[in-house]
Order: sequence, then structure tokens, then C-alpha cells
Amino acid sequence: MQYQSQAVAKLYFTAAIGLFAGQILFGLILGLQYVVGDFLFPEIPFNVARMVHTNLLIVWILFGFMGAAYYLVPEEAERELHSPGLAVLMFWVFLVAGALTILGYLLVPYSGLAKMTGNDLLPTMGREFLEQPTITKIGIVIVALAFLYNIGMTILSGRKTVVNLVLLIGLAGLAVLFLFAFYNPDNLVEDKLYWWWVVHLWVEGVWELILGSILAFVLIKTTGVDREVIEKWLYVIIAMTLITGIIGTGHHYYWIGTPEYWQWWGSVFSALEPIPFFMMTVFAFNMVNRRRRNHLNKVAVLWALGTAVMAFLGAGVWGFLHTLSPVNYYTHGSQITAAHGHMAFYGAYAMIVLTIISYAMPMMRGRKAANSNRSQVLEMWSFWLMTVSMVFITLFLTGAGILQVYLQRYSDTPLPFMVVQEKIALFYWMREVAGVVFLAGLVLYIASFFVGSKDPEAAVEQAASPTA
Amino acid sequence: MTRGGSLPETSRYPPGDLAVWIFILAELAVFAIFFAAYAFTRMQHVALFDQYQATLDRNAALFNTLALVTASYFVVRAVTAIREGRTASARNRLWAAVGMGGLFLLVKGMEYAHHLGEGIRLSTNAFYMFYLSLTFFHFMHVILGILVLMVLAMRTAAGHYSAQSHTDIESGASYWHMVDLVWLILFPLVYVMH
Repeated sequence: MQYQSQAVAKLYFTAAIGLFAGQILFGLILGLQYVVGDFLFPEIPFNVARMVHTNLLIVWILFGFMGAAYYLVPEEAERELHSPGLAVLMFWVFLVAGALTILGYLLVPYSGLAKMTGNDLLPTMGREFLEQPTITKIGIVIVALAFLYNIGMTILSGRKTVVNLVLLIGLAGLAVLFLFAFYNPDNLVEDKLYWWWVVHLWVEGVWELILGSILAFVLIKTTGVDREVIEKWLYVIIAMTLITGIIGTGHHYYWIGTPEYWQWWGSVFSALEPIPFFMMTVFAFNMVNRRRRNHLNKVAVLWALGTAVMAFLGAGVWGFLHTLSPVNYYTHGSQITAAHGHMAFYGAYAMIVLTIISYAMPMMRGRKAANSNRSQVLEMWSFWLMTVSMVFITLFLTGAGILQVYLQRYSDTPLPFMVVQEKIALFYWMREVAGVVFLAGLVLYIASFFVGSKDPEAAVEQAASPTA
Repeated sequence: MTRGGSLPETSRYPPGDLAVWIFILAELAVFAIFFAAYAFTRMQHVALFDQYQATLDRNAALFNTLALVTASYFVVRAVTAIREGRTASARNRLWAAVGMGGLFLLVKGMEYAHHLGEGIRLSTNAFYMFYLSLTFFHFMHVILGILVLMVLAMRTAAGHYSAQSHTDIESGASYWHMVDLVWLILFPLVYVMH
């Protein structure tokens, strides 16, 4: 760690991991509710569990992004953070607001929560992923502004690097697009149209910039490849991301009442969205193969490569599966979507946050560069357990989805929704088992912060090995 | 991306930065899919496409083709000039290319004004949907290409490039030729063939 103020990232990363654990627990509850419908009813109904599962995901990833920014921006800008105090204050504001919101979901009926928080003054609630009470949303905006101010001032008065600028553009875009969460037109078509400006333009737009810059930072640090080379790749990747991703929003506009040309625009542009993810994979492996040193933190390099591969598979390939409008006509909102959602979020955004944590955390906890061998090996186990079980979750959901689409929408004698759900229950059970394995991986991951923490730091390797 | 730094720039293949070529490849893929979609849809609505194609201004499009090809000519001459170290000449030719590109935007803008004035929108019919989408997507690329050439012209004037070091100009030129090439397919496909 080169600058003292980078240490604020530790708070953010710790909270991110805690909320991640919460997300997985609710995921398991939710997965079980697919097959045991009244599990934990009425204490935690399905819709509440789902809301908590998805909201925790978004919040922990936002904590991760902020932590990543607080860690890498000072190092890139070659100066201390503009205001570490503000960063700490905003951490607590965000954490308390987040915790209160989740408690609100769990303890108060949703409509009651809406009433309590004065939703009728400025109605923004009731929409998927944007369920937060309006005051929470206002809190998010305040935290985001303070965060951008802090990061922006640091960047503007320090060394300007491409990594920092791309990150800043991504984070500013994240904040600006969130403002559409406050726009809630009465017309349902318009409502959905702008809702996607938050949801889609985050994950298939500005978040990819954040992902790209964090990945570039970790690769610069761990491979020792020239910054110039890595920055050039970053430029090309973000250009392709924006060209395909912005109009690619159209793949959500097929069936919501928008004009017909979106069928073409959405299909053509979103079909090309895998390109930047593929470039990212080529980029990551290229850089690691051309590395000038073997970094002692091998598990961080493993996470970086894993992110590149899993983001391409989850966001790129599984997205392409159902992005063309004639295909989506059948698959829309089926378990195929759930399969894509799981692997894309894990592969792109969960993994990039775990990558930067893996790289930065050892140094923030007093190591020179990396954890002990024992701790790294355990973390690698957790990498493989979580990643492989996520592959299985995705495959089982894809199987469920194909069967669902066929039985419910494609066959000559389509069956009702609930009848089909019972027929595909086996896939849900297998998904739940894979989910338990994922939890085991997460437990090992958390354990890796404690196991071997007294052991000496991983030592220099004798000979360069071909794999990282 | 990086290659032997000792290699003289003129003998590199492909010229310019490899990253630009990857970008060009991806861009061409986007256009290729759009062209294929156009051809596929036209097969199903031949009469409709022929009918509305007749409403386009082919002379304007021909003029624009000449404008883009001329711009490409100036870009080629600019590259030749900088390879010989003639900075002032390279700068002038880049500005000439910018001018021809601007002419393209002007004529195309007039065409758009005409069609929009007649109440034609993306939703009017399948032909106009493709006509407007394809040409506007290309239009945006011309704007980007012009911006690139302007930056290059200004940097050339500021003495950033020499006979030994001018990768940026080769890269920008390659991008501009891509924009030109796409139009050379787009023009016959959308305006002429029936």
C-alpha cells in the first residue's frame, strides 16, 4: 500500500463480503422456495426473499466498486485521497441506510414500508431492483455525489491515467443513470423504457467501464506489462462496449410496447455485446502470458483471469443465447434469463470485486504483496468451488429454462405455468444443491482471511511456471 | 499491440496500431450484420423496397460518394507526406479531408431534413427503417472519423509527428478508410440495387 488513505477501502471490502454472504443465504432460501413453496412462509415470503437477494447483490457490488475506487485511485493519481474522513463517513451512511432498508423489507409489509417512508410524495417504489424506499434512493444519490467528489478531486489534482479516467467515467455514469430511478411516468411503456436506463445501462454499459478499469489496474500491477499496452486495450474495449451496449438496450424493448424497429436495433447491437467481453478475455490472457514477473499474489491473478472468462461466458455467451428477438419471443422472462443473470453477475461483477479484494486486501492487512501460501491455497479452493458451482447453477437453470420454454410456450399443447414448474422441479433441486456448494466455497473464502494469517508471506518462486 | 520498435513505420503491416484494426474488424462486423439483415428483409418485401428506394436522392448520394472518396484521397496523400516528413503538407491534406467529410455531412443532413420534413420516421415502413438506421449509423461514424482527422491535423501542426514516428496518423487513416469502405457498400446496396 503506497498511500495511507487507501486503507479506507478495507471498510468497504469488509462490508461487501458481509453483504455477499447475506445475499447467498437469501439465495438459498429463495432456491428452496422454488420447490418448497411455503418454506419460511409467512415470515419471509418469496417476493421478499427475492428482493433481498437482488438488492443485497447490487449493494455489495456497489460497496466493492467504491472500495476498489478508494484503493486504486490514490495509487494511480499518486497522491492521498482528497478526504479520507468523508469516505469513512459515507461508508457508515451507506451501510446504515442499506441495513435499515433490508430490515424494512424483512420486518414491514412492502406497502407499509412505502407508506412509512412517504412514497406517495415522490413515488419511486415497486419496480424490480429499484424497490428501495425513496429516502434510501435519495441517500444513495448523496453517497454517490460525495463519493464522486472525493474521487474526482483526487483524480483531477493528481496524475491522470487512463485507468483512473475510465473508472471515473464509469462511476459518474453509474450515478447519473441512477437518477432515472426517480423518474416514474404513469405510462407503463415509458416507465419500463426508462427503468432499463438504470438497469441495462448499468450492467451492460457503465459498469463494464468500471470492470475494465479495475481489471486493467490489477493486470498492470501483477504482470508488470507496460501501462501503455494495457491502456490501449482498455480504450478499444470500452469503445466496443459503448457502441454495442447503448443501443443494445433495445433487446429489452421487444415486447414492452415500443416501435418495431427496436426488434432490429436490439437484435443487431446486442448480438455484438459479447465482442468487448471476448476482447477482455483475450486481453487478460495475453497480458498474463507476456508478464514480466511472477507476482506473489497468485490467487489475485487467478481471480483476474477467472473474471475475464466467466464474464465472457455469463454475460457474452449466455446473453447471446436469448438476445435475438425471434428467440427472445419464446425465452423472455423464463429460467434462461435467470441462468444468464446468475452467471453474468457472478462472472463479471462479483468476480471483479473479489479480484480487487484479493489483490488489495493482503496489503491493507499488513502484507508486503501477498498472503501466505496456506491462505492463498484456501482462497483458490474457494475460487474453484464458487466458480464451478456457479457453472452448474447456470447449466441447471438453462436446462430448466429450455424445458420450461418448450412445455409452456413451444409445444403443440402448451401447459400452464405452475404445471410446468412442477415438471422442472428436479432442475431446481439440483440448482439448490449447487447453491449449497457455492455457500461452502464462500465459507472457505471467508476462512482464507483467517487461516494462515500468521504464516510467513508467500516466497519468491524458483522458476517461472507457464500458468499463473 | 506492441511490436518491434526498430521496424520503420512504413514497412509495418497492417499500418498503424493493431488495436485500431481490432476495432475496425468489430465495426465491420456490426455493419455486416446490418447489411445482411437488410438483404434478408428485402427478400421478403421486394416490391416495397423498390417502391421507396425510388424516393431517395441518388444524385446526392453519388455526390457524397465522391466526397468521401476524395476525402480518402487526401488522407492517403497526408500519409505519404508525413512519411516523407513534410509536416505542413500533411496537415493541409488532413484539413482538406476534414472539409470533404464536412461536405458529406452537409449533403446527408439535407437529405435527412427532406425525408423528416415529409413525415418519414423509423416506423414508417421496413425500407425507411433500414435506410434511416443504416445511413445514420454510418453518419455517426463519419462524424467520429472527422473528429479523429481534426485531432490528427492539429497534432501534426503542433509538430507531434515526423517521418519516423506517425503511428497515430496511420491508425486514423485506416479508420477513415473503413468509414469510406462501408459507404461504398452502403451506397449501391441502399440507393441503387433493385
